[in-house]
Amino acid sequence: MVIALLVAYGTLVAPFATFRANRIVPGEAKSILAALPVSAGVVLLGLMVVAAAIILLKTPALLRLAAAAVSLGAIALFIGLTATYLTPPENTYARVSPASGFWVLLFAYALLAADSITRLRPRPGVRVLLLIATLAGATAILVSGLWDGLSILKEYAGRADVFWLEAGRHVALALGSLFASVVVGLPLGILCHRVEPLRAGVLNTLNLIQTIPSIALFGILIAPLGWIAVNVPGAAAIGIRGIGAAPAFVALFLYSLLPVVANTVVGLAGVPREANEAARGIGMTDRQRLFGIELPLAMPVILTGIRIVLVQNIGLATIAALIGGGGFGVFVFQGIGQTAMDLVLLGAVPTVVLAFAAAIVLDALIEMNTPSQNRGRTA
Amino acid sequence: MRAWLPSLLRAALLAFLLAFLVSPGWFEPLLKPLVQDNAPAIYNQGSLLTLTLLHLRTVAIATIAAIVIAVTLAILVTRPFGAEFLPLSRSLVNVGQTFPPVAVLALAVPALGFGEKPTLVALFLYGLLPIFENTLTGLTTLPPSVMEAARGAGMTDRQRLFKVEVPLAMPVILAGIRLSVVISLATATIGSTVAAKTLGEVIIAGLQSNNIAFVLQGGLIVGALAVLIYDGLSAIEAAMARRAGL
Repeated sequence: MVIALLVAYGTLVAPFATFRANRIVPGEAKSILAALPVSAGVVLLGLMVVAAAIILLKTPALLRLAAAAVSLGAIALFIGLTATYLTPPENTYARVSPASGFWVLLFAYALLAADSITRLRPRPGVRVLLLIATLAGATAILVSGLWDGLSILKEYAGRADVFWLEAGRHVALALGSLFASVVVGLPLGILCHRVEPLRAGVLNTLNLIQTIPSIALFGILIAPLGWIAVNVPGAAAIGIRGIGAAPAFVALFLYSLLPVVANTVVGLAGVPREANEAARGIGMTDRQRLFGIELPLAMPVILTGIRIVLVQNIGLATIAALIGGGGFGVFVFQGIGQTAMDLVLLGAVPTVVLAFAAAIVLDALIEMNTPSQNRGRTA
Repeated sequence: MRAWLPSLLRAALLAFLLAFLVSPGWFEPLLKPLVQDNAPAIYNQGSLLTLTLLHLRTVAIATIAAIVIAVTLAILVTRPFGAEFLPLSRSLVNVGQTFPPVAVLALAVPALGFGEKPTLVALFLYGLLPIFENTLTGLTTLPPSVMEAARGAGMTDRQRLFKVEVPLAMPVILAGIRLSVVISLATATIGSTVAAKTLGEVIIAGLQSNNIAFVLQGGLIVGALAVLIYDGLSAIEAAMARRAGL
């Protein structure tokens, strides 16, 4: 019902698109009917009414999911049409951007989709397929050029090569630091599990690191890394410098350690005593027990830690731009500096999409690694 | 000896923090080696104490708002009439947690303009999730025997909620609040990129003028605040848990 209200608000009250004569002047809000050719506007309005009816009546989850998918596709297509319709021909300064109505509708249908997917409880593989289908749909619209008239893509068109460069850096920062923290954190976690006295000390230290705000940690690391670059031969050659990606990488790595180590410890501690006893009983060595019994049983908890780290890193990597580390944050902070909100969106939207995709894929992985008897509980 | 050592360390940290805030000049010699070319070693574009108080105020407002909304929502969806919304609110929480704070902040700017407002909104939204999730956990994992007993003693729904459920769930709720406060303390510094008055200002000024001393003092004040508040809330939580007999 809340969703239906949102749909109604998004359709009737809030403006669907904003038209601006150029990039930075305040825009002029347009409702659905004003933003589209009459026939298209009526079609979209009709569709929204049908969708709202499906939401209000107690319909099966599958139908709701279908309604959400169709509506999402429709608003995605129609916002593209809006851009071509509103922009005067041969005018390259005018900007058409989605307005609050579009975002509210997007949010409402995404919520509806998420809700019906939760109710349907699809298997993890199916969820990943749904994700791939959604991304493929968005890519298809992007490639077809339907969205080219929208302001975000106008910002993109001017910076296409920089965009992909920063995207690469963003992903490299987030994944690289994740990888490093798993390589270090997993053995450290196992060690903390085995050597009791070490545990509190290590975990408290890592906890302390988490309390330092990210921009400060990035900044603080500039000094030692700068010193290393100057004084350790060869360090500068492999890219260690005071500013840039190196401090960002180290900071993300330090933040990532706590979830990885803590979840490894918790996961290993949760291995049932009987499983260990039985393994010892059939004569498994310590090493065999670790790799054959303990780690596989602790895997869901460890993967949960990795999920937290990945989603967190994708978000934090935006801040790396403040110290010259690159990533999508470059666009966000440039946009804030120029009060050009389309530029902010160009940085923020891919970040959010990346974080979502990572969360969905890892959630599916976690579920696949959870022994079937507790699957009901984790869902 | 071990029992009082942590308290002593905390007291020392608190004293150190207060001394630094009230009279940063005393610590200038410590930070001096970090700066080059006679740049100022102590933040000189505003009082550190004022900024700290503004920082704390921002976090406090956002957190209190988040507590009120999150706890109310969690109570509503755990009542029989709200059960319909439970799966929906769960997915909402999951979705919200994947939103990076910078993105929230950046997206709030077009709607609210620069300054304190977008920061408050970002902190509020980001602070909602841990509290909501923990309140939900606290309210849905109460021992069934206790609930039966309360019903058996003839308590109304309302009495049960306020005299049994909420007090029993309180330690878990507090743990969520603690998490939320610590995240907010750190996230508030990012608010200074959109011109909010927080300790992030000191850090950003340091980054822009290549002054490590600024970055360090800004970061350490926030870190110290977070540790002290975290410990303080943990102590309250432990006391509550003891009173609830858990």
